[in-house]
Amino acid sequence: MPIYNLKVNGQSHSVEADQDTPLLWVLRDHLDLVGTKFGCGVGQCGACTIHLDGSATRSCLLQVSMVDDMEITTIEGLSKDGKHPVQEAWKEIDVPQCGYCQAGQIMSAVAFLQQNSDPNTSEIRDAMSGNICRCASYNRIEKAVELAATKIN
Amino acid sequence: MKNMTSSSLSRRSFIKTSALAGGGMLIGFNLFQACKPEVAPPVDISKLNFNDFNAFIKIADNGMVTIFSPNPEIGQGVKTSMPMLIAEELDVSWDNVIVAQGALDTKNFTRQVAGGSQSLRQGWEPLRQTGATARQMLINAAAAKWQIDPSECTTDNGVILNGKGEKLGYGEVVKTAATLEIPENISLKDPKDFKIIGKDIPNVDIDNIITGKSLYGMDYKEDKMLYASVLRPPAFGQKLDTCDDSETKVIRGVHSVVKFGDKIAVLAKDTWTAMKGKKALKANWSSASELESTTAIESALTKLLNGNKFETLRADGNVKKAFAEADKVIERVYESPFLPHNCMEPMNFFADVTAEKVRLVGPIQTPAGTARRVAKLLERDPEEISVEMTRMGGGFGRRLYGDFALEAAEISKVAQKPIKVVYSREDDMSAGIYRPAIKYKISASIKDGKITGYHLKEASVNSNMYGLIPNFFPAGAIENYQVDVAKYQSKITTGAWRAPYTNFLSFAEQSFFDELAEILEVDRIKLRLDLLEKVKGTTDERIQYSPERLENVIKVAVDKSGWGSAKEGVYQGFSAYYCHNTHVAEVAEVVLENESPVVKKVICVVDCGVVVNPLGAKNQIEGGVIDGVGHAMYGDFAFKDGKSIDKNFNTYRLIRANEAPIVETHFIDSDIAPTGLGEPTLPPAGAAVANAIKAAKGIRLYKQPFVKNMETKTPLG
Repeated sequence: MPIYNLKVNGQSHSVEADQDTPLLWVLRDHLDLVGTKFGCGVGQCGACTIHLDGSATRSCLLQVSMVDDMEITTIEGLSKDGKHPVQEAWKEIDVPQCGYCQAGQIMSAVAFLQQNSDPNTSEIRDAMSGNICRCASYNRIEKAVELAATKIN
Repeated sequence: MKNMTSSSLSRRSFIKTSALAGGGMLIGFNLFQACKPEVAPPVDISKLNFNDFNAFIKIADNGMVTIFSPNPEIGQGVKTSMPMLIAEELDVSWDNVIVAQGALDTKNFTRQVAGGSQSLRQGWEPLRQTGATARQMLINAAAAKWQIDPSECTTDNGVILNGKGEKLGYGEVVKTAATLEIPENISLKDPKDFKIIGKDIPNVDIDNIITGKSLYGMDYKEDKMLYASVLRPPAFGQKLDTCDDSETKVIRGVHSVVKFGDKIAVLAKDTWTAMKGKKALKANWSSASELESTTAIESALTKLLNGNKFETLRADGNVKKAFAEADKVIERVYESPFLPHNCMEPMNFFADVTAEKVRLVGPIQTPAGTARRVAKLLERDPEEISVEMTRMGGGFGRRLYGDFALEAAEISKVAQKPIKVVYSREDDMSAGIYRPAIKYKISASIKDGKITGYHLKEASVNSNMYGLIPNFFPAGAIENYQVDVAKYQSKITTGAWRAPYTNFLSFAEQSFFDELAEILEVDRIKLRLDLLEKVKGTTDERIQYSPERLENVIKVAVDKSGWGSAKEGVYQGFSAYYCHNTHVAEVAEVVLENESPVVKKVICVVDCGVVVNPLGAKNQIEGGVIDGVGHAMYGDFAFKDGKSIDKNFNTYRLIRANEAPIVETHFIDSDIAPTGLGEPTLPPAGAAVANAIKAAKGIRLYKQPFVKNMETKTPLG
């Protein structure tokens, strides 16, 4: 079985896995980074969103062989102490209900705010529409992204 | 402080205390049932025994309070709100409270079920009583030390005070308190003195959630555990004939293939390999009877509605006579599809079945019932079964059913390994326990411009409405009233889905009354209020809803929404409903974008009694409303030849961020005991939207989902 060198949250890992294994399962089952969630496996729900060289990417569709040597950031590596402005905003607004999708929501929001640091409501709603929240905490997600933008600026 | 009289519950039989070896006091208690006389709480905190007590409070020497919350958390916030009730009466600062999941449950959890929006309602009195009893014991210990009467003491945020200006922290007296007799007849606070109840308290798990900590069943793992991916009959009604696993077994990392019943599990060292192994199985299936499709089921339901084989759940007056004497009879049919739950966390469960015991861990709304079913399935002594609950990535009713836990137990037994069953999204959506497809026919007789009779017929798949639902509005408001039900037996498994039955019944009924108002040319709000007027002072004990409370939420919704004076281009729709002990009124606001209706806002007025945690309560309300709007608009799910047509989110549509209306919540101020919020705001949403779409486009909707049925014309007369 091939061995891949992954750079996850600033740390190097050497992982033995079949080349078609999605990064999602390498993170979860091999590296014990379970913050990245499995929701659909077909890139439709956003629960597995991570950053690949800074861009939001669905890790369920990304084969491990394609990310060798790229910078991977997961929710666990977003900040040392959970104090990234987006995490802080999520906490202040008290966004989660069941919470399962929220790591993916936060990762999408962080990447979006890096592209557009002063978004209007409709841009936020569109940007966040790739992430499903089955509890429908959408009103709070919208508010939290707005709040995070003010924290970042 | 003014005190309210407590109920006659004997605290002594619910609570036991012990002094902890490491310092501090432990209070073990059982909600809703007495403790066994012989049991005592442990003196070592690591040995909490949830077999004997279903919840614990630890008060440490430094005054810190740890509450081991008893109920499973599916996202309704009870892990935060239930401890709030204890802390309120214990009179401690919320900053000094730590909430830990009451992890290891088993047999003696009476109400260890998250469902039916009942957790807070049932815990309201006993949890406060428990906190108040603990507070009294601490006071008694301080009073003994000061050699004064306990009545001379008061408390303030974890400190006991006497009249002489002396103070003792809770931590300073716990050692003594633990040895005292448990007092009886404890008074509870007057709601106006609440310091924690009614305040915005953030979700106690928030830090773990936003940093991606392991919390959910999907995250759970143990050494030597194998992952199991299960191949189930692809169509409801099929059985396994043969299975060739030769291509599976050659995949590296596949451990074994286990056949059980009509299912085959592939066990592997990681999830992906197990899923790959499953895909490589070559199975043949057969069926003894014709496989079912939605089109045939719909015809069968229509036939039932038009037939005469009904069970009557409630009959007042004489509907037949009222209809015969009517000037006019209005009859409408409303139709809903099956719906999958689609919890974001797909079903999963861990099981380790050994000769000595059976350990189960995972997301489950009914741990006690599941333990019993596993014991029966494996023919084991129930004493040998333990179920540990994880946080749940959504429930919506799906996790009331322990089918996945039973699968895990069966696989572990055969494989003789600790295993975790993991559903793919396709497994989750195609092997569901669905909201049944339902049709309602509602008829009303009109005489001299008045509604004289109301006849509701339900045709549903596998089961019918139950309990008090036939006694909800408009029962009691119309002299001649009848509810009849009939069911079609299907092999497609169905069950509870957020706000069972009322999730669609409310749409049918509240659309019907809206249309009735149009036909009768009366104001649609007045029509509802006039009906409620007739229920006031009813002596019918079956009627659970309060006409006064329903009237009140309607009036407040009219006021808060600016009903009737929306700005140009905004179309409003009204709906009001009672279910799960909570009264709700909603106004949906729709605009047209390229001729298509877009739901922009929903004003939601809720009477749920005391609002324990407004921050969490509003989250439930917003979610319930948007969920109701989303499924009414988009939820489209059907079967062909026994298989679900949609299997994943690439074709199945759930509401998303850019489609979600803004929900504006208003609570009714109340001192009445709190009622549920996980469900009751969902049912009215569909009708509010449908009525708004009628106002916007002139189209009356009778069938969900709306986006697919927008062209439906008014049927019948």
